[in-house]
Amino acid sequence: MKTSLWAGVILSALVSAGSAWAADYKIIAPAAPGGGWDQTARSMQSALQDDGISPSVQVTNVPGAGGTIGLAQFVNQASGDPEQLIVGGYVMVGAILTNNSPVTLEQITPIARLTGEYEAIVVPAASEIKDMAGLVEKLKSDPGSVSWGGGSAGGTDQITAGLIAKAVGVDPTKVNYIAFSGGGEALAAILGNQVTVGISSYSEFASQVQAGTLRLLAVSSDERLTGVEAPTFKEAGVDVSIQNWRMVAAAPGISDEQKATITADVDKMVKSEAWKKILADKGWADTYLAGDEFVAQLKKDQEATATILKEIGLVQ
Amino acid sequence: MDTFALLGQGLVTAFELQNLLYALIGVTLGTAVGVLPGIGPALTVALLLPVTYKLDPAGSLIMFAGIYYGGMYGGSTTSILLNTPGESASIVTALEGNKMARKGRGGPALATAAIGSFVAGLLATLGLAFIAPSVVSFALSFGPAEYFALMLLAFMTVSAAFGDSTLRGLTSLFLGLALGLIGIDQLTGQARLVFGLPNLFDGISVTTLAVALFAIGETLAVAASHQTGDEKVEAVKGSVWMNREDWRRSWMPWLRGTAIGFPIGAMPAGGADVSSFLSYSAERNFSKHPEEFGHGAIEGVAGPEAANNASAAGTLVPLLTLGLPTTATAAIMLAGFQQFGLQPGPLLFATNAPLVWGLIASLLVANFMLLVLNLPLIGLWVKLLTIPRPWLYAGILVFATLGTIGADASTTYLGGIPVAFGLGLLMLFGLLGYGLRRFGYPIAPVVVGLILGPMAEKSLRQALQISQGNPSALFHSWIAIVLWVLAFTALLLPLYLRMRGRGKVLSQFGTDED
Repeated sequence: MKTSLWAGVILSALVSAGSAWAADYKIIAPAAPGGGWDQTARSMQSALQDDGISPSVQVTNVPGAGGTIGLAQFVNQASGDPEQLIVGGYVMVGAILTNNSPVTLEQITPIARLTGEYEAIVVPAASEIKDMAGLVEKLKSDPGSVSWGGGSAGGTDQITAGLIAKAVGVDPTKVNYIAFSGGGEALAAILGNQVTVGISSYSEFASQVQAGTLRLLAVSSDERLTGVEAPTFKEAGVDVSIQNWRMVAAAPGISDEQKATITADVDKMVKSEAWKKILADKGWADTYLAGDEFVAQLKKDQEATATILKEIGLVQ
Repeated sequence: MDTFALLGQGLVTAFELQNLLYALIGVTLGTAVGVLPGIGPALTVALLLPVTYKLDPAGSLIMFAGIYYGGMYGGSTTSILLNTPGESASIVTALEGNKMARKGRGGPALATAAIGSFVAGLLATLGLAFIAPSVVSFALSFGPAEYFALMLLAFMTVSAAFGDSTLRGLTSLFLGLALGLIGIDQLTGQARLVFGLPNLFDGISVTTLAVALFAIGETLAVAASHQTGDEKVEAVKGSVWMNREDWRRSWMPWLRGTAIGFPIGAMPAGGADVSSFLSYSAERNFSKHPEEFGHGAIEGVAGPEAANNASAAGTLVPLLTLGLPTTATAAIMLAGFQQFGLQPGPLLFATNAPLVWGLIASLLVANFMLLVLNLPLIGLWVKLLTIPRPWLYAGILVFATLGTIGADASTTYLGGIPVAFGLGLLMLFGLLGYGLRRFGYPIAPVVVGLILGPMAEKSLRQALQISQGNPSALFHSWIAIVLWVLAFTALLLPLYLRMRGRGKVLSQFGTDED
């Protein structure tokens, strides 16, 4: 038992290493360690601490159901507490709808959109599809013959595929979308020629595109991405633009002053060198948007998502 | 030999004092978290990521890899001694390992696990260094159709390998399959069998189920049987070390386990648990002592332990060569690479050769450290069994409870009262485990069903969806056809043998493994 006791001691020392100082912000990452939301929360943790904006930041993982488990727990337990934050993102918007979640984003206090990743469509280097026009042509002639490999059902990847079909006049319910457990597994299916095209965040494909094993057809940004040699969907004649954004939100029931303090802290963090370095290292685009503009954008995204999910048939 | 020169350079990096220290910290931590159910290497690496932010990349990646290898090893200790698997990959180890421990052969069981892990880790790491590209192309040729055939093979061999009665074995398996249906369907995003409880959306956690069925169920069974004073557990009978016979019976399973574990670990949807199941079935088929299976056959420990360590090294193949993480731990290691501005992928070996070869060399060093650390500890570990049983089982309960709370901190509200959901599940499944034991149903197939069922379902549906409903797609490649043939052989061969009047031999194979 000695060794297991030591294990306990070492672990608790590790855990408390992050919380030895007076607690300031507590961030809930409503996902398992390793995913995008977890990384966002932990990046915020180091940026807030490094720049002395907050002496101590704790991150708690509450994984499950596209973030809705963590969201429910946050709404129940953090109400009125100005020190608690939650990280979330576009995937949550869809998950709330597909899971019929009892809590929604209206119940929390959105602070700011922090980062975004753009979707990319790739084909294996040997594929007969050379460009976006080729894909659109194939999709129009026989929608079922194009199998799309991407991440889990109802997520950004599937929504993007549905939006593309709709934009080129193909019935979104006909899209042959194959959901894999994550971008990684989808990547393997594309490299192994199991599916026709791959659709996921550009970062998932970046190294393969650079190595020439995958051909990048187009990306979902409004403007061309620096260092990426591919047109946007719009340039390629498909009127779709979408970003898988991540945000930070505060608890329900906080006062306007408390909200202003948190917004100021986040604003300071976003402008810090530490944060900029993290974004560069991880390849996240800085799509910072705060205040009422973010709330308006969020509303727009929610409506568009609800529409397309209904059209795909994932939400009744 | 370019590779040798690069590996040599890597060894120079690995033997730098600070890197040795990182490797040591990594394997020690990894062993510790592997022992605790619920706290896995993934969580540990995630916790350490911000801490290592300011360290140099080589050192922290070496430490992460040490944690990963250590975690694979640590899980076997509690499986063998306490019948409490710390990770899903160690579930199979509990079957034979715990039986051995109860017969006073805990020492050899731990030793064959340690040495088998070392041998497998060594060979698989060398495989990572020399044949990674060809392993990757093999692993990528596995699409949904091939995965489905592989799962089918696993079902056939595993359900035949467990339990005295096929009917009871299959009953347990289907119980597991039914539990596997709970949660959000991965292909359509719809919730199934969740009874309105959001906590069930992600399905039943394998660790919770395994710990409940094995540890809690067993504790209840012991408490209910009033045998506290009667049965004497012999902590050590004979030598703590492996004897000549043990060595003779272990070396082939180590090699077979490595051969099964390494390629399956490299597959995107493979993993350590699948390879340990397949290795167990393989050992049972190859063994000259099939009658011992279920009563403490050393092959049943040696093979799966080698397989799960080899698959840990296998996981690094797609991670380093494709930037493709296939397990949670690998996903966080990928985040670690990115934190230092490195992008694993086809170009990593070219752009960051010293770092990659340093990492590979460190794995060899870490592997050796694990052996040196763990062999002397075996004498200490087996003393656990001399603890009086009421204390021991009380300790197991505490252990299992803490681990579960650590893994799932979510609460749910039942009629306004907050309930620790994971803990509730643990207790519920503990009762199930007791019931299964009480009525003579095998335990392991339930867990196997929970792990393999969803994978099989997903692969089948993906394959049919890609082919737009054409079932011939299931046999579209040679690999798939070979796997189908093997699966049917596994199903039909026992029937054929039975018809030829060899049923008696077969029924001797049957055992009860709880």
